[in-house]
Amino acid sequence: MEMMSGAAMVVRALKDVGVKHVFGYPGGAVLDIYDALYAQEDVQHILVRHEQAAAHMADGYARATGQTGTVLVTSGPGATNTLTGIATAYMDSIPMVILSGQVPSMHIGEDAFQETDMVGCSRPIVKHSFLVKRAVDIPDAIAKAYYIANTGRPGPVVVDLPKDVVNVLESHPYQFPDKVQMRSYNPTIKGHMGQIKKALKTLLDAKRPILYVGGGAIACDASSLVTELAEKLHLPVTNTLMGLGAFPGDHEQCLGMLGMHGTLQANKSMHNADCILALGARFDDRVTNNVQKFCPHATIIHVDIDPASISKTVNAHIPVVGSVKSVLTQFFEQMHEINETERKEQLADWWEQIAAWRARNCLAYKTSDELIKPQQVIESLYRHTQGDAYVSSDVGQHQMFAALYYPFAKPRRWINSGGLGTMGFGLPAAMGVQFAHPEAVVACVTGDGSIQMNIQELSTCMQYGLPIKIISINNRALGMVRQWQDMIYKGRHSHSYMDSLPDFVKLAEAYGHVGIRVDKPEELDAAMARCFELKDKLVFMDIAVDQNEHVYPMQIKYGAMDDMRLSKTERT
Amino acid sequence: MRRIISVLMENEPGALSRIIGLFSQRGYNLDSLCVAPIDDSSLSRLTITTVGDDKVIEQITKQVNKLIDVLKISDLTDGSHVERELMLVKVATRSDAIRDEVKRTVDIFRGQVVDITPRNYTIEITGTSDKLDAFVQTMAQTAEIVELSRTGVCGLSRGEKAMRP
Repeated sequence: MEMMSGAAMVVRALKDVGVKHVFGYPGGAVLDIYDALYAQEDVQHILVRHEQAAAHMADGYARATGQTGTVLVTSGPGATNTLTGIATAYMDSIPMVILSGQVPSMHIGEDAFQETDMVGCSRPIVKHSFLVKRAVDIPDAIAKAYYIANTGRPGPVVVDLPKDVVNVLESHPYQFPDKVQMRSYNPTIKGHMGQIKKALKTLLDAKRPILYVGGGAIACDASSLVTELAEKLHLPVTNTLMGLGAFPGDHEQCLGMLGMHGTLQANKSMHNADCILALGARFDDRVTNNVQKFCPHATIIHVDIDPASISKTVNAHIPVVGSVKSVLTQFFEQMHEINETERKEQLADWWEQIAAWRARNCLAYKTSDELIKPQQVIESLYRHTQGDAYVSSDVGQHQMFAALYYPFAKPRRWINSGGLGTMGFGLPAAMGVQFAHPEAVVACVTGDGSIQMNIQELSTCMQYGLPIKIISINNRALGMVRQWQDMIYKGRHSHSYMDSLPDFVKLAEAYGHVGIRVDKPEELDAAMARCFELKDKLVFMDIAVDQNEHVYPMQIKYGAMDDMRLSKTERT
Repeated sequence: MRRIISVLMENEPGALSRIIGLFSQRGYNLDSLCVAPIDDSSLSRLTITTVGDDKVIEQITKQVNKLIDVLKISDLTDGSHVERELMLVKVATRSDAIRDEVKRTVDIFRGQVVDITPRNYTIEITGTSDKLDAFVQTMAQTAEIVELSRTGVCGLSRGEKAMRP
């Protein structure tokens, strides 16, 4: 058996798991591991500027590829800085492994320098965690961490490594497990046949069915099956914020996003449906609005790999525990030949009704000669990337505009913090995507508030030559907060403005990048074109937009799914 | 409604904190918790008493089961079961009359006096939580209760039903 130090084992185990990139920042407790990284080329380490960004990079990497993202940080502040990133990944079920240094075992509990109880701090926001006590346990702990992170419902896993355990001066036998098996962890992947038959019958009999597709369909790579099912059964489809791209946004059967800022046709169709097939979605409050008034006519079929997600907020009439991929495969095995003409006839009235809702054209907006509208920016981005870019987003109005006006045709192209709503996510996430796909076009849609939460990573972008296109929708305000204050607080804009913004063009240039300022509508397309012509450069587009624009449609609080404002003056 | 939930989990450091953390994190009630390793010392068995409607109990069961360290979970109150709780009570015995009355009460409740000093008796008593409550109430009328400690409920299903790994 090969003998090596604990630190060498960590790096070797990462290699054996198949890790290519590690996002991290060195410090006292992980110096041994960093020394082991120095001596090899299998695992590339990316030096960030702030540990939170390392976690978001690993997260973006995972979202774009489906592979587990890896973070390496030191103890104490290094570890706690990752917590927001871990919580972000946890809420959106993103596979991630966080290797954190820890003070030497004999000093744990003594309030030693840079000591925090990382396992304790992260406990409510991880799928699982390990505190490794002996060097010989390192390969097993790392193998298990990656196995847990990316099976069942994915999620972040912390591996806490005390400094004495990774000591470079001691050697121990290294053995990487051939297979990970845990008696206490066996996620259900295949659906129960009885439930599947029941679900299928209900779906086929329905007169007003709808597919409600969430991030779970992307997590298990079931997009093509979702599309096949929708086309075969002629079903209307709505994607959640996390599910954008799971069913092509430009497909004629796609009703767009649903929920708080969902389209009129999506929310109306949900509310009036007689059968909802939820695939890897979790009926969260940003979708359902008032649960008591949620979709009163529908039989709800809920397919999810996590039994705890079923009937948590909305009661499921037909629960099916399993991965969307397996369950849809089982659906097709059970399905008889579908007569296309009969099927279309069965749903003709439903589609006619949907067409009427669509005709309202709820995403229409008024342009102006003087001010750029944020919606225009996203539409311009869509045109100049042929709808085929990886688009990361921060959190706020710009996020909703991007979700609504950039119809994603493919899964894993839309990278955003859905559940936690983490400002500062966009730029580092885009960087993670660019590391995973060096040749791809990666845009980060952000705002003047969000971008400043992790702007230091512009330096990392320069170090690694990442040609990300930052599309900053600058309204000199925290737009979504301001919108709520306009709507609910009589326009009292308490601390939602951004006084003394930096000159973003100069700031980008100071980091060695290209900055472009746009403030006239007629200049927008030309500037966007120039941005994407600069293929090898990071371009920071600082686009001044109308400060008073609101995101519509918007659900009305305490109402049903389809109780919505359609503009500042109209409601359903 | 009061429920007794049994959990079989890995006997690992930190495992218990995950259960307790889950209850506070998700706002579930945790009335009592009784935990110890079983015959296979790599496993621990927990008995949790909690209160909640069916929807809450379903969520508790699912969320606990989702913890990686948890092997099995079952709601004992779903079927017939045996439940017991152990209590140690120290009472002040200031006179012979009180001593006699305390002894009589202990006998009636099938308890035992396990420690004696000139000033007090320590009593051990086992039974359902209701029985222990009743004992405390009765005893309080006879003697001053100095201190008491209860283990929380532990329980098993009746008959053939068993929770094994």
